Amino acid sequence: MLTIVGELINTSRPAVKEAVINRNKDAIIDLAIRQAEAGATYIDVNCGNMINNEEETMEWLVNTIQSAVEVPLCIDSPSAAALDVGLGLSRYGRPMINSISDEEERFDTVLPLIKKYNAKIVVLCMDSTGMPVTADDRMKVVRQLHKKLNQAGVADDDMYFDPLVKPISSVGTAGIEVLETIRKIKSDYPNVHFMCGLSNISYGLPNRAILNRLFVVQTMTLGMDGYVLDPTNNKTMADIVTAKALLGKDNYCGGYIKAHRSGLLG
Amino acid sequence: MATLQDVSQCVLEGDLDGIKDLVQDLINEGVDPILIINEGLIGGMNIVAPLFKSGEMFVPEVMESADTMNEGMKLVKPLITDEDVPSKGKIIIGTVNGDLHDIGKNLLVMMLESRGYTVIDLGVDVKEEAFTKAVIEHQPNIVGMSSLLTTTMMKIESTIKQLIADGVRDQVKIIVGGAPVTQEFADDVGADGYSDDASTAVELCDRMMEEQCKLQELGV
Repeated sequence: MLTIVGELINTSRPAVKEAVINRNKDAIIDLAIRQAEAGATYIDVNCGNMINNEEETMEWLVNTIQSAVEVPLCIDSPSAAALDVGLGLSRYGRPMINSISDEEERFDTVLPLIKKYNAKIVVLCMDSTGMPVTADDRMKVVRQLHKKLNQAGVADDDMYFDPLVKPISSVGTAGIEVLETIRKIKSDYPNVHFMCGLSNISYGLPNRAILNRLFVVQTMTLGMDGYVLDPTNNKTMADIVTAKALLGKDNYCGGYIKAHRSGLLG
Repeated sequence: MATLQDVSQCVLEGDLDGIKDLVQDLINEGVDPILIINEGLIGGMNIVAPLFKSGEMFVPEVMESADTMNEGMKLVKPLITDEDVPSKGKIIIGTVNGDLHDIGKNLLVMMLESRGYTVIDLGVDVKEEAFTKAVIEHQPNIVGMSSLLTTTMMKIESTIKQLIADGVRDQVKIIVGGAPVTQEFADDVGADGYSDDASTAVELCDRMMEEQCKLQELGV
């Protein structure tokens, strides 16, 4: 089972910010419906750059989205207060929180929210000592966070580790270190899940789409089972459906054939 | 015979192997080391910068060019004293308190150095007081602050307030940047400049230094 978090409802995208400022419900509903129809299993809600009224914006966005679709939400914010508002209003399925890390303040403020809302949690492989570079750096944080979450009663099945994808343009080994991290997490903690945004991998390089698409396939091969992405991008979704079939995770190739009949595969 | 133009071409191409022989040849020919730096090595980066800005060159190529320049610098630097090293100005830069993101900042550091600035990189998660301390210690012309998160963006404001409280604000120009930062925000928190990418940030520093020079000439 793959988890696809639709990333389009984010006020750092100018069109969404404008819709939010004008309280244009139709624009937000359109994004929610299109992502749900394209196969999003979660819809991300991020208004972190509305620094003066994030909580109010979160409330409006969550209510607007849920007036049109019944897909669970991934509440995405640097502010624990905004997370609290979004999670409190989530009505369909179990919500997801993006994200917790081992930065002290972040961990302490987000952990109670996981418990309070029985939420699934995106776990960022990062602590207050800085950005990890190697797979080993990441595994140190993974072990620490897994232990702490486990002790707090969070089930492996509810943890979605984000290996922290960085651009290969600035550090050439950024891709391979992520692949190695997935392999290690998969072997040490077989029951946890993964979540990551991919587009960072291609920052600073031309023709970003091809890098993003191949990295989906590479990470899936190592066991990645969750992505934050634009599900209305047919090419990405076609890659995912096809990779699933090739990896033996598509019974009777049913998903692949269905995608063919719907025209997704081109 | 090697020429200064060969050196800048070599930097442009990011030819890490070729640069050493080329620079050594020029040194052996008796070419002024300062000239090798300014017109050869930095000269090469001055060709790279606009190509990067216009999208014809990409981040890894710029890094390769900068590394090539630095390889050449290693040979030239021992031949001159620190005072001889031409500097366009001194810049302190850091990612603000609570923020660990440094990809953009590092890119800017590299581009400023290749433009001929002396850069003191304070790293990430730089506390407000650490900026003050660095200003007092290094007496820079410009202080740069970066923040990638909306949560830490406010630390730009608190850092500027700290600089004011410590009485060092007016000694420096302050420039700010990072994904959530806007010109409007920069104006609100009382920064002197904002740019949305590394190339324009270098141009911004150039303009600020030119202004400072003019003011000095006028005796202000």
